[in-house]
Amino acid sequence: MAEKLEMKELAEVAVRFSGDSGDGMQLAGNIFSTVSATVGNSISTFPDYPADIRAPQGSLTGVSGFQVHIGAEMVYTPGDKCDVLVAMNAAALKTQYKFAKPGAAIIIDTDAFGAADLKKAAFASEDYLGEMGIDPDRVIACPITQMVKDCLADSGMDVKAMLKCRNMFALGLVCWLFDRDLNIAFNFLKEKFAKKPGVAEANIKVIQAGYDYGHNTHSSVANVYRIETKNKVPGRYMDITGNKATAYGFIAAAEKAGLKLYLGSYPITPATDVLHELSKHKSLGVTTVQCEDEIAGCASAVGASFAGALGVTSTSGPGICLKSEAMNLAVIMELPLVVLDVQRGGPATGLPTKSEQTDLLQALFGRNGESPMPVIAATSPTDCFDAAYSAAKMALEHMTPVILMTDAYVANGSAAFKLPNLADYPAINPPYVPEELKGSWAPYLRNPETGVRYWAVPGREGFQHILGGLEKDNKTGAISTDPENHNLMTHLRQEKIDKIQVPDLEVLGDKDDADLLIVGFGGTYGHLHAAMDELRAQGKKVALAHFKFINPLPKNTAEVLKKYPKVVVAEQNMGQLAGWLRMKVDNFVPEQFNQVKGQPFAVAELVEAFNAIINK
Amino acid sequence: MAYTAQDFKKGQPRWCPGCGDHFFLASLHKAMAEIGVEPWNTAVISGIGCSSRLPHYMATYGMNTIHGRAAAIATGCKVANPNLTVWQVSGDGDGLAIGGNHFIHANRRNINLNMILLNNRIYGLTKGQYSPTSPRGFVSKSSPYGTVEDPFRPAELCFGARGHFFARAVATDAPGTVEILKAAYNHKGAAVCEILQNCVIFNNGTHDAVYSKEGRAKNAIYVQHGKPLIFGENNEFGLMQEGFGLKVVKIGENGITEKDILVHDAHCEDNTLQLKLALMGNGDGFPVALGVIRDVDAPTYDDCVTAQIEEVKTQKKYHNFAELLETNDIWEVK
Repeated sequence: MAEKLEMKELAEVAVRFSGDSGDGMQLAGNIFSTVSATVGNSISTFPDYPADIRAPQGSLTGVSGFQVHIGAEMVYTPGDKCDVLVAMNAAALKTQYKFAKPGAAIIIDTDAFGAADLKKAAFASEDYLGEMGIDPDRVIACPITQMVKDCLADSGMDVKAMLKCRNMFALGLVCWLFDRDLNIAFNFLKEKFAKKPGVAEANIKVIQAGYDYGHNTHSSVANVYRIETKNKVPGRYMDITGNKATAYGFIAAAEKAGLKLYLGSYPITPATDVLHELSKHKSLGVTTVQCEDEIAGCASAVGASFAGALGVTSTSGPGICLKSEAMNLAVIMELPLVVLDVQRGGPATGLPTKSEQTDLLQALFGRNGESPMPVIAATSPTDCFDAAYSAAKMALEHMTPVILMTDAYVANGSAAFKLPNLADYPAINPPYVPEELKGSWAPYLRNPETGVRYWAVPGREGFQHILGGLEKDNKTGAISTDPENHNLMTHLRQEKIDKIQVPDLEVLGDKDDADLLIVGFGGTYGHLHAAMDELRAQGKKVALAHFKFINPLPKNTAEVLKKYPKVVVAEQNMGQLAGWLRMKVDNFVPEQFNQVKGQPFAVAELVEAFNAIINK
Repeated sequence: MAYTAQDFKKGQPRWCPGCGDHFFLASLHKAMAEIGVEPWNTAVISGIGCSSRLPHYMATYGMNTIHGRAAAIATGCKVANPNLTVWQVSGDGDGLAIGGNHFIHANRRNINLNMILLNNRIYGLTKGQYSPTSPRGFVSKSSPYGTVEDPFRPAELCFGARGHFFARAVATDAPGTVEILKAAYNHKGAAVCEILQNCVIFNNGTHDAVYSKEGRAKNAIYVQHGKPLIFGENNEFGLMQEGFGLKVVKIGENGITEKDILVHDAHCEDNTLQLKLALMGNGDGFPVALGVIRDVDAPTYDDCVTAQIEEVKTQKKYHNFAELLETNDIWEVK
């Protein structure tokens, strides 16, 4: 036990809550991140679910983790490794210790380290700390289970219900460790359990007990920590995952456009939460159809778009393989459609719950024929909202299918989301065919400026027409196999996409004099940004250009990529963005950092690799 | 406003002379005129194949889409815009081979679609391969020694998927075709119309027994709800139940009178006897059943989707995006 307690100020800290799937680690982590965000800390979180559907209690495969990264200034990732590890049972300690930094504080429930627990967690002896090589001085060993039972002894709750509060004891301890205001947690619980005040009261009691335990014993740590808040952005916030933000972006876009939102989907990890989320919101008129297969998910969304809705289909890489023919139908029929690809590890079934960026070339090229399609990649959980909104706006205004790429990391990760005001978002104006064109209109008549054809929605008198997968005459819309016409239509479809305006590529960091430009796309933004910050802290001149709009590329792409002496394209694939950029920018030969582990980048590894490039 | 067939016609069909699709198209135009839904509130959606060219000859909204997906695309169209009358047109390959999954699920969900299955038991557009409705042993370019597989019987597939409407007509029989198309329109839910249709080039004669008026008089039975199942050139035959099956009887023989003949019940929820009617074939000594074989009311998917949305709207307190945001745990940074 420490003799004297010091308050130590930290710039950032990562806490990992881990325990059995049923131990409520998500909730504990959520409350901790909310408490921290409420005082204005920056947060980034990442849940780590077990791959097994329902692993046996206490088993190694049943461990669930939730990492929260909080910072005084902006944090961009959930953190490579944690400063505090909460392990609610032996299996959690065994599997999660690898995510702890050397010297990290470890909080354990000693009541969950009995002989049977140790056996299930494959410990050979009772000296589990010794086996793991953990210094006992770093461990806050607390009989959490017993203390929770004692705390709730008079509550009239049964033991099973009491034990559900163990997570709150751990949370109370962590709140003490980081000097958090418990009232915020109490309010959170009161609201969450508004209809079950007894549950709220029990949880609050246990949090307080955990906090008091830390305070009274000073536990075995030398410090408590304070994370001050700098650069607060005032406003109202909520915690949001990438998948939920994506769903919200579609809802917002449909409302702005005044259209029905239709989702055709088939469950697939890690995209299913988008289907779940949208299925809830029938009071907003959202229509979701869980189709018989991936193909029907996309095909029915094309049908819905034809009928005048915002058609969306959501999936992961294997689903894109199946949807590609119907996506191509939307290309040639020039109908709006958003295809969401929440990327996971591949090929084939691959690593369903893990994250990669290996579908980029599939998104760009994975269809027969000349099939240009805009591609947008969301850069963070909260950016999923803007990216989904942009994708829907682009699809509706340019009469084209758009691929929105996220990944398992961004989709499941969460961050504080400043509540958007829809009035601040740009209008969405689909190119409905003007009434005065009745009689002279044909389906492939285009706006000469944008190259976009007009949209005639069934139900409008005098605009009946046939669309289809066969090539059409550019004037009459009739089936045509004329070679000149096909050549023209191929060019027109390409030009239409090329003409789409996307924001310029932004350069962050040492944009005037960087020795190394880091380039990435989509979900790696946080890690690449953190790596850049670390390198600059080391005194290196480094900049970051991160792509969100991938097709068409920002107009200043070549200018940015050619400006710096060294460029590294870092991506979680074998070089797909690098290849795309090399195709689009003459004489561009970047360095590459390619890692395909199914895990987010580790900032430390990026820093090491980029330093090696700088020093080469 | 009253319509004529002309109001639904467009262009010059490009099918082979004598193709059954020509006859069917004329009947569809006529049926649509009699139904009276405006051409701009009608969508005709097909897949790929000879018969899937059909939307190009309609003055309605339409799509000639990709192979096998017509039912899925039509599903999205109907669910997104239930005000449209949606006709889905497929051949036996488009509807039952590559699109078999969508066919059964559209029936299971009971989407309010009029599903036309133009069955010529052959792949015509790819020039003569056997289809999933070609009989066992069928010789074609891709089965030079005969197929070694059994065909689908569309009614059986429809009923197996819990379909609530099944009707059959011969393409050359305009009144019979128009009648089932109108019945399909009037039926709320997935309505399968099997059209027996000849391919003059690659499978000529496949429906010969019933293709002419004379042939149908001998070899077909027109089933009508509430009417006894009587057929024959002089209405001399009838159908009766025997054990678990049906039998053909001659009226006036063995003391059998018209009163003994089975009365057709298209509205019967139990599809056992309807299936027996639908599966009758000339090879077994039975007549081919034409007309509306099954027509049972059931809630449609699109109606239920709309009703559920309306119900949830009354239950939930948020009705726009701004209100949705407020349903979350929110904190304020000051």
